[in-house]
Amino acid sequence: MDWQVFLNDDGSGRTYLQWMFDAWGWTLAVAGCSWVVAMVVGSLMGVLRTLPNSPWLVRLANAWVELFRNIPLLVQIFLWYFVLPKIFPAMQAVPGFTLVVFALGFFTSSRIAEQVRAGIQALPKGQRYAGMAVGFTTMQTYRYVILPMAFRIIFPPLTSESMNLLKNSSVAFAVSISELTMFAMQAQEETSRGVEVYLAVTALYAVSAFAVNRVMAFVEKKMQIPGFIVATGTGGGH
Amino acid sequence: MKKQLLALAISLIAAGGAYAQANDTIAKVKASGVITMGVRDSSGALAYTLGDGKYTGFHYDVCQHIIADLEKVVGKKLDIKYQLVTSQNRVPLVQNGTVDIECGSTTNNATRQKDVAFANTVYVEEVRIATKAASGINSVADLNGKNVATTTGTTSVQLLRKNERAKGIDFKEVFGKDHAESFLLLESGRADAFVMDGQILAGNIATAKNPADFKIVGEPLSVEPIAIMFRKDDPAFKKLANDTIAAMVKSGEMAKLYDKWFMQPIPPKNTKVGLPASEATKAAWANLNDKPAEDYLKK
Repeated sequence: MDWQVFLNDDGSGRTYLQWMFDAWGWTLAVAGCSWVVAMVVGSLMGVLRTLPNSPWLVRLANAWVELFRNIPLLVQIFLWYFVLPKIFPAMQAVPGFTLVVFALGFFTSSRIAEQVRAGIQALPKGQRYAGMAVGFTTMQTYRYVILPMAFRIIFPPLTSESMNLLKNSSVAFAVSISELTMFAMQAQEETSRGVEVYLAVTALYAVSAFAVNRVMAFVEKKMQIPGFIVATGTGGGH
Repeated sequence: MKKQLLALAISLIAAGGAYAQANDTIAKVKASGVITMGVRDSSGALAYTLGDGKYTGFHYDVCQHIIADLEKVVGKKLDIKYQLVTSQNRVPLVQNGTVDIECGSTTNNATRQKDVAFANTVYVEEVRIATKAASGINSVADLNGKNVATTTGTTSVQLLRKNERAKGIDFKEVFGKDHAESFLLLESGRADAFVMDGQILAGNIATAKNPADFKIVGEPLSVEPIAIMFRKDDPAFKKLANDTIAAMVKSGEMAKLYDKWFMQPIPPKNTKVGLPASEATKAAWANLNDKPAEDYLKK
């Protein structure tokens, strides 16, 4: 092991260590922005799929989910980056970062939409009727009755999805984003110290994903409704 | 848990043992009757796949000559296994004994010489700039403010970065994940130029939809000796490989092979790379050596 390699100059006046932290920043930026897109679009689509009296909106949202979850992520990224700009030349000007954020965000949104739908459908029917009984509109029923319950139910899978999103951000290297995976491939080629480079990058991914896990677990704990969902920490098969 | 740790420790020791004794390639292939050749799927005319598990190319042919001589030495026909390698895994796979001889497009440099050994160089690569014929780019200086594509996991990027800094030229690097994708970046207009080994550029242009749209411009950014790679500290095998190469150069076989791969139409599309042997390549043949890239730059 030769950890000194991180102090070497990469040719442009920065060390490999600085480069790695830059790359980590890109990974977190891609993952963070995609997470926002995924949560907003995913929640919207998930809700649309459960609307009681709007068959066309339900179909639209179903189509969205099936479209984005049936195509491999890497293929989607290429479609956004190479194929769509060929059809719509205006897309040529869109930076790779934006494209990858939307590609990753939409891909994850289809999965989140499924979880939101599952969460909503897991609630007893009586909850919806209760909303109707006090004279709420559909919008109000979702806002005050259904969603606050549904989101708490689906928090554990959302945690997994958020961690997956962070790890999936490694596909961004395919469209020239200088993130951790690309740093690993490039730096190991330039320095021939692959073991050190990959170990360091692995550690950064693990730390980032675990941080997401801890934040989500904290929020989950704060949000839980006593007596409705089993408290975290008591489950699990250890 | 303890048992698992013990099993892990034992397997690590076993792996370490195999690692230590794998340095005598001739004895190893004699005992096993098998030699594993590292091949590439798209390293231009140097090494590429025809699909269906078949590989070919200039370096591939040179390796076949070396293996033919190896068969004479061990006195039996060898079973040749092909192992596809990538820029990322080729050095570790040679080091750990998975691959006995790597016949791709590996630059012989000082860093790698710490880990592996190289045969005498028979092909010297020049790093060049490919661009669209209509782009108006004619030299490195014209790259200022442009998007420049290159392939992740190659040394051209590092070179580019040093050039960028030395000449005060500011360009944006975009990375393709392989050569085909880097060329697609150029073709689709996401990049204004593609900086890479000359023969890879020539090969990609030759197979492009419209080869006349592209040209290779500018002075070579660097020269790099590309060589066949094998394990370190194996003088007998290295001598055998170098003897084969010397005999091929002497008999004119090497020049004939070069002509076959770089000047004549080659499969699968029967297109010509059209890259005559450079002065540096001819010099390498005239004066066989395994000097690393760093020695070429000092000149």
